[in-house]
Amino acid sequence: MRLFKEPKINFLKYKYFAFLLSGMIIISGIISIMHKKGLNFGVDFAGGTLIRIKFEQPTPIEKIREALRNVGLGQSRIQEVGHGKKEYLIRTITLKEKEEIEAHEIMGRKIVEAIKKHKELGKFEVLSKETVGPAVGHDLRRKATQATIWALIGMLIYIALRFQISYGIAAILTLTHDVLITTSILSLTNREINLPVIAAILTIVGYSLNDTIVIFDRVRDNLKLGRKKPFEQILNDSINQTLSRTVITSFTTLLTVLALYFLGGEVINDFAFTMIIGVICGTYSTIYQSCPIVLAWYNIFKKGIKK
Amino acid sequence: MRRRIGWRLGLTLFIIGLSIFLAYPPKEKIKLGLDLKGGIHLVLQVMTDDAINIETDQEIARLQEEFKKERLEFSSIKKEKIGEIVIEGIKSEQEGKIRDILDDLFREWNYSIRGDKVFLTMKARVASYLRDQAVKQAIETIRNRVDQFGVAEPVIQRQGMGGDRILVQLPGVEDPERVKKIIKTTALLELKLVEAGPAPDIETLLKDYGGKVPDQMEIVKGDPTRTEGGYYLVHKVAVITGKDLKNARRSVDEWNNPDVVFTLTPSGAKRFEKATSENVGRLLAIILDGKVQSSPVIRERIASDSASIQGRFTVEQAEDLALILRAGALPASIKYLEERTIGPSLGADSIRKGLTATIIALILVMAFMVFYYKLSGINSVVALILNMVILAGALAYFRATLTLPGIAGIILTIGMSVDANVLIFERIREDLRLGKTVRAAIASGFSKAFRTILDANVTTIIAAIFLFQFGTGPVKGFAVTLIIGISASMFTAVFVSRLIFDIVLSRKKKIEKLSI
Repeated sequence: MRLFKEPKINFLKYKYFAFLLSGMIIISGIISIMHKKGLNFGVDFAGGTLIRIKFEQPTPIEKIREALRNVGLGQSRIQEVGHGKKEYLIRTITLKEKEEIEAHEIMGRKIVEAIKKHKELGKFEVLSKETVGPAVGHDLRRKATQATIWALIGMLIYIALRFQISYGIAAILTLTHDVLITTSILSLTNREINLPVIAAILTIVGYSLNDTIVIFDRVRDNLKLGRKKPFEQILNDSINQTLSRTVITSFTTLLTVLALYFLGGEVINDFAFTMIIGVICGTYSTIYQSCPIVLAWYNIFKKGIKK
Repeated sequence: MRRRIGWRLGLTLFIIGLSIFLAYPPKEKIKLGLDLKGGIHLVLQVMTDDAINIETDQEIARLQEEFKKERLEFSSIKKEKIGEIVIEGIKSEQEGKIRDILDDLFREWNYSIRGDKVFLTMKARVASYLRDQAVKQAIETIRNRVDQFGVAEPVIQRQGMGGDRILVQLPGVEDPERVKKIIKTTALLELKLVEAGPAPDIETLLKDYGGKVPDQMEIVKGDPTRTEGGYYLVHKVAVITGKDLKNARRSVDEWNNPDVVFTLTPSGAKRFEKATSENVGRLLAIILDGKVQSSPVIRERIASDSASIQGRFTVEQAEDLALILRAGALPASIKYLEERTIGPSLGADSIRKGLTATIIALILVMAFMVFYYKLSGINSVVALILNMVILAGALAYFRATLTLPGIAGIILTIGMSVDANVLIFERIREDLRLGKTVRAAIASGFSKAFRTILDANVTTIIAAIFLFQFGTGPVKGFAVTLIIGISASMFTAVFVSRLIFDIVLSRKKKIEKLSI
């Protein structure tokens, strides 16, 4: 069985359309981030208390809110986990940077006590309780940014050594594109940015680069074959030659991430969602971003790429 | 050209055998993270400024002593900022002598004299040594306390290089509030003579002293949960401190209420005897972390080496206080930065769901590979299963912790490790289409794809390494499984997969078609 029989698709023809599409997603993402006053950081990064609670009986969200309102914590964010109105995530409202962790902790305790007091809510179990102080959140944000930047630099160096600097820059721009698109979609879909999501984003960086390198590697091969074809066509040929592989690998990876999304449980759900976006985006960007960028580089600095 | 099969098969079997040996039985060999097994995760900050302040206070006392001994005049010696002392009102003709003393006896301080003031600053080397010691001692004390509390496999380690943070992970602990209290209590025990009080407010307390705290005295508050509250005027110098304790245990007082009985070291007992004999009829304040727990009257000279702390204790509180006193005081106070409690049921749920997702992902990917690449697909299925076995073995060998994101890393590895197979198979197909023989196509397919696989995987590993560097707990677990998984996939997809082809081909003289 073959997925594509000698595909001859002129991918590069659609490069402006692709730039436009990506640009639109990123711009709407930026607007969304600005509109929501920044990214939706989870307790890992923003600090606060997150309580995961499971009732024995189905309990409507309003009842819980009412119980919390009685102790002045009605503004806490309550979110249902899964279906069945039994499991909920309750997050305290974010405090100012300066406030100590004790304040969060006391709020967390108050929430549990308030629910305990409302006997009509029935028996419940606190599945997990996490409190992160603002200092840690701040630290983590800095570390996450640093890790991403250093990873990008590390990859740039590796590609520049193994290929050429132009490929390295194209790869890094593509990865930046992937990170921006993923972040935009996270903001548009109101997903929270927590530690596992950052891990997912970094994995996407690795995954997308993996894809990009496979095509670049083919370009390198085809250039060596010394064909007197125009550069644009060599790029197009390389994309076509690796197309089956690109699609199959993306498909198998997508299969696994979908399994994680649907079966892995709520705790890992944000991670799985981010990975789904990333796998799709990574595949798309390999074809429609990295190659056009190399081509643009070639057109601007004719000598930048040795044939 | 025939490639030799023998040693390659041997190596492969050896690695498989080793991995199974290392990882079997997985329940015992593979360490689970807190998010899967339930427990408490705490990040503490040691307030190392405390250690500097304590040292500064001691040095001020020493300075006063030395100045008095040498008959040097001064109006006051005060702590200025952290690690800074100012001596005011010195006489300029005594400057030389002051310099001599500071040079000889206070070498750990830099000083400068301006007018009638001496400014002392703790040397940076000394300060960082003190801070470092404070963290080390705090870790030691917390370890003592946790051990006494009886937690299996606790993790207590310093976070970051030379940082002031401590990571504490206690698997399977059910009552976080109690543990937190046990860890956090500084447990600085002091027995001090009461000069006046208890009084309801400071004004009443100081009425007989002209509203000012006399020299060598200080005011301490009564612990409202143990006493009637109020204020005490006590001597600054303690008769006994926690360092003089030999042991402490929970007991009951004459009314059968829980209390804590402690025994003193010989030198402590001697001082205790002397102090009690000289101060019969006065109150002795038992102060824990700056709060008076009780203030019994000294009725007679106490020659025994044991005494008790009474208060309104519950059995559990008395038990915990005894534990803390036994384990020793913290050198500095502690602040919680992060605290996560994961119930055991959530962890079990995560394991179950994670396993289900992994198995389904494996089945889906394998089914696809066999469907798309036919018999060659079976080759990649074998490679994939081996990859999982090696991954388990490596996790066990490196004593890596498997976390929920770690399981996600395994699932991702499944998807990405067949990538190497796909790259190779696609190359072989291409070469077959170009009319190469089966053997030639396999040989060139593997060699051409290898460079691509290497480049692609190295870059992913670079990302994973940075993730590992930055990662805390769960994220680190993810990076670990990803790094191991990708490395293992290079071995299984390139080395083992080739071996399988070679074994199959070696059985036949001539092959017309390859099922791919």
